[in-house]
Amino acid sequence: MTYKGRAFVYGDDIDTDVIIPARYLNTVDPQELAAHCMEDIDPEFVNKVKPGDIIVGGKNFGCGSSREHAPIAIRASGVSLVVAENFARIFYRNSFNTGFVLVELEDASTRFAMGDEIEVDLTAGRVRNLTQNKEYTFEPIPEFMLELVNDGGLIPHILKKQASA
Amino acid sequence: MPMNITEKIIAAHAGLEEVRPGQMVEVEVDLALANDITAPISIDVMQAAGVKRVHDPDRIVLVPDHFVPNKDIQTALLVKQMRIFAREQGIEKFYELDEMGVEHALLPEKGLVLPGDLVVGADSHTCTYGGLGAFATGMGSTDIAAVFISGRIWLKVPEAMKFVYKGALPRWVGGKDLILMTIGDIGVDGARYRTMEFTGPVIDKLSLENRLTLANMAIEAGAKNGIVAPDEITRAYVESRATRPYIEYASDPDAVYVETREYDVTGMEPQVARPHLPENTVGVSALKDVTIDQAVIGSCTNGRIEDLRLAAEVLRGRKAKSGVRLIVIPATRWIYRTAMEEGLFDVFLDAGGVVSTPTCGPCMGGYMGILADGERAVSTTNRNFVGRMGHVKSEVYLANPAVAAASAVAGRIVGPDDL
Repeated sequence: MTYKGRAFVYGDDIDTDVIIPARYLNTVDPQELAAHCMEDIDPEFVNKVKPGDIIVGGKNFGCGSSREHAPIAIRASGVSLVVAENFARIFYRNSFNTGFVLVELEDASTRFAMGDEIEVDLTAGRVRNLTQNKEYTFEPIPEFMLELVNDGGLIPHILKKQASA
Repeated sequence: MPMNITEKIIAAHAGLEEVRPGQMVEVEVDLALANDITAPISIDVMQAAGVKRVHDPDRIVLVPDHFVPNKDIQTALLVKQMRIFAREQGIEKFYELDEMGVEHALLPEKGLVLPGDLVVGADSHTCTYGGLGAFATGMGSTDIAAVFISGRIWLKVPEAMKFVYKGALPRWVGGKDLILMTIGDIGVDGARYRTMEFTGPVIDKLSLENRLTLANMAIEAGAKNGIVAPDEITRAYVESRATRPYIEYASDPDAVYVETREYDVTGMEPQVARPHLPENTVGVSALKDVTIDQAVIGSCTNGRIEDLRLAAEVLRGRKAKSGVRLIVIPATRWIYRTAMEEGLFDVFLDAGGVVSTPTCGPCMGGYMGILADGERAVSTTNRNFVGRMGHVKSEVYLANPAVAAASAVAGRIVGPDDL
C-alpha cells in the first residue's frame, strides 16, 4: 500500500484542540469539521490541502481530548495519512479504529519541509522524501492495527469476529 | 509474577491469571460512558453497522454535559439524539438536567464507579476514576460503539510509572498542585501510553476528591490511566454510594515499574501552568505581574464541593477586582445545592462572581465564559492549549481553586497568602 502527497509539517504536541477546535464540535458532519481542520495553528491549511496530502508531526501528535472528530476532520480534509515521531494514545486508537493509517517515524518533523513530496510504502516500511531525494525506514505497523485497517475499522472487525464465533 | 494494581484489574477483566506490559488483551467492560460531543458518533457508528440493540444497557452511562443546558440548535439536536437512543435502548443511566452534572464528578458521586472496576469513556478525562482505585481510561467514539455492541474492548497493557509523594502538604496546596508539578516534571508526553500510580504518605492522607483531581489530569501527561490504591478514605466515600459489591486491588510489593519518581512536597508552593501546555508549571510566586480578565472555578478537575469551599474560604469578605469576571460552576446538581445551602453562593455573589448551572462550558471553549483576543484567564480546568477557552489569541493559566479565587481578588495571578 503506497501513499503519495505533499507534506504539511507541524511540530511537537499538536493537540486535538488545534486539529479541530471545540467550538465546532456541535456537529459530527465530516465536511463541516474538515472546513475548520488545523484552523488554530494554520488557518491556510484548509485552503491549501489537496486529496492525498500528508500531515507530518513531531512527538505526541494528537494529544488532548478523546474527540474522534480530530481524525475525522483530518481525513475528510483529504489527508491520506499522518506521519509523526509518535502519537498520543487516544488519537492513535481513534485513527486505526476508523481505518485511518498513522506511521511512526523517528525525527519525522525535522526530515521534511512544508510542501515536500512524500511517498509512504506501508508494506516496505519506507518513507521517501522525493523533493530532497532521501529515504527513511520505519518500524512496521503492529499486526493488530493493520488487521483493523484491512477490516475497514474496529466495528467491521468485531462484527466479523462475532459472525465467525 | 508480581503485578501492580492496574495489571491486576486488567487481568481480572480479561479472564487471565496475569498480564504483562505490551500485551494486547480483550477486556470485559464494567461501565462505558459517552457525552454530548462523543455519544452521537458512537450511536451513528453502531446504527450504520446495522446493530439494533446494545449489548447491556445497564453498563452504559450517557451524560450530556459539555454544551448543556443546550447552547444552540445544533447541540440540542445532539442531545435529542442521545435522549432518543437512551429511551429506545433502555439505558436508564441517561442524566439530563434533572440529574445533571459534569460526567466525571457525577459518576463517583452517584456510586456508579467503584474500586476495581474497568471503565472506558469517550472522554479523555475518564481517567479521573483512578482516584477511586478503578482502571479508567479515555477512548474514542468508535471504541465506545464497540462496547455498546459487544461489551468488550481491546487494550494494550500499559507499562507503569510509580510516583511517591512524601513530606507535609502545605496549606493551599492539594491534588491539583501535585499533578501540575508532576506534569511539569515529566512533560505532557512523560507518561505516554503508561500508567501513573500515585503513592506515598501524602497520597495516603489525601481526600478522595483531591485524588480524583490528581487522577483526572493523568491524561495531560499522556497516560493511559492514573490510579490510587483504595483504602479507608476510599471506603468511606463509596460505602454509602455503592449498590453492588466491589473488589479492592493493591500492587504487589515487588511489582515492576519502568520508572519511580519521588517528590518531597514540604514547602511546595501552589502550582500554575502557563500557556499553552500543562507542563509549563511554575510556583505561583513567579507570576505576580500576570494580570487576568477572568477566573473560572469549576470542571471535572476542580468543580467539586471541597473545591468550592476552598474558593469560598479565600473569597469570603472579599471582592473580585473590578474588571475581572469571576465564574463559578459547581460540577453537579448535588454540589450546586450543597454549595447553596452552605451559603457559598452568597460568598461568590458578594464577591461579584456569577454561579452557573453545571456544565463543562468554558473549559474547552464551549460557552459560558469564552475569551476574546488578548484576554487571559486563570482557571481550575485541565488544559491551556491554544484557543482552548476561546480566541486563538487568548491565554489560560491552570491553577487550583484557592489560587483562582485569590487571583480574581488581586486581578493578577497570586496565591491566597499574597492577598
